[in-house]
Amino acid sequence: MIEVLGLSKRFGDARVLTDITATFSKGVVNQVIGKSGSGKSVLAKCIVGLHRPDEGRVLYDGRPFHELDLAEKRTIRQEIGMLFQSAALFDSMTVLDNVMFPLRMFASMTAAEMEKRARFCLERVNIVGKDALFPAELSGGMQKRVGIARAIAMNPKYLFCDEPNSGLDPQTSILIDELIKEITEEYGTTTIVITHDMNSVIETGQNILFLHTGRCWWTGDRDALLASDNEELKAFVFASELMRQARKGLLGPA
Amino acid sequence: MNILYHVGRYFEFLGQVFGRPERMSLYGRRVAEEIDQLGVKSLGIVALLSVFMGAVITIQTASNIDAAWIPDYVVGFTARQSVILEFSPTIISLILAGKVGSNIAAEVGTMRVKEQIDALDIMGVNSASYLILPKIVAAMLINPFLIVISMFLSIFGGWVVSGLTGVVAPNAYIEGLQWDFDPFTVTYALIKTVVFAFIITSVAAYHGYHTQGGALEVGRSSTTAVVFSSVVILIANYMLTQLLLI
Repeated sequence: MIEVLGLSKRFGDARVLTDITATFSKGVVNQVIGKSGSGKSVLAKCIVGLHRPDEGRVLYDGRPFHELDLAEKRTIRQEIGMLFQSAALFDSMTVLDNVMFPLRMFASMTAAEMEKRARFCLERVNIVGKDALFPAELSGGMQKRVGIARAIAMNPKYLFCDEPNSGLDPQTSILIDELIKEITEEYGTTTIVITHDMNSVIETGQNILFLHTGRCWWTGDRDALLASDNEELKAFVFASELMRQARKGLLGPA
Repeated sequence: MNILYHVGRYFEFLGQVFGRPERMSLYGRRVAEEIDQLGVKSLGIVALLSVFMGAVITIQTASNIDAAWIPDYVVGFTARQSVILEFSPTIISLILAGKVGSNIAAEVGTMRVKEQIDALDIMGVNSASYLILPKIVAAMLINPFLIVISMFLSIFGGWVVSGLTGVVAPNAYIEGLQWDFDPFTVTYALIKTVVFAFIITSVAAYHGYHTQGGALEVGRSSTTAVVFSSVVILIANYMLTQLLLI
């Protein structure tokens, strides 16, 4: 479980996050949604430690991340898997080497064991026979799946996905969503997904946090989201006619 | 103030680079890869420049020494001194600052804007150490070899041109090469080379590592890296010469 308590962050005069308090549960896909510029990515970067919050705390199963020393922070970081928006695969490494990279750095395994584990992770995300290819030779969807394989290689307790569906076609987006959900339930990870994709939210939303103007504006699950009267939330989620029709269909006759 | 900010951040960055590495065995392999990338792949341009510069130094020296009382071997002596003291260690290092420095800044800068450095940090890897330390070590190991090869080829270029053009007799040129040779000049050149190798790699990596934005900023970092490392090399050249030769 990850808890965020009273987190605030500003860059110069611009206040990006204000007093965010949220709980991200284990074994559940927790989604953070909000308009561009609402502070989603900054929140994620504060949680994983790429930004230091000005105020507030982030607790990883009770461990206050930003108050720990470097060695303790590294221990927590080795329990984190992250899928980046761009997949962030290392260009100079093959698919197999990308997935083996965290194992080479931290795992106490033989080379054969590392390779076996990496191949297992690749199979888990349905990437077979592409081991020797370089990231530039893969499609966007495949890169995302390799990114997931690398993120789960170390059996992470915490999984972060930054806009996993961006730039993907609808079918591949659904595959990636299902994969993240399956992995979360299978390994019992605390998963946080930053997303713009409302299809994904409606399909897989279990614990949704809506950020608006840098504040935690609304939290709830998919059913609560459909029934919500929150004007800002409705304006964001049901911005298109298609989504409004879908909402009516899902809620049923009043 | 801006310069002070960069100087402070540069030393903070060096602290990260020389921080605790994760797996020494991986670093060994990365140093070998970087020796190939930064050193072996620069051999061609170093060789080409050296041969032609040696030839030009010889012709210019010979054409500027007209007085009958100056012996011919002075041409070889002057060419040798110019090459060992300044041309090979300093000018070749400036050329490498352009070639290797821009390459490092662009590579590291691209990794930054494509979130690959963030990925390393989140995994718990000391990204500065993992990416930069092997480059610094590799350049400090391989550049002295490049410079010794450059010295040899420059002097060879001078000898070839002395035979081809007759500006000086080859025997006189060789006599000049051997005349009043002080081995410390080579030591001095190699000390400069190692210091310049450190400057080229660390300054370029600093600019790449702190790139923010996209492709345009990567290009800017690359240019700034070459300008800054060249200026720092020139300042260090003056300071080392003052310290070691006077």
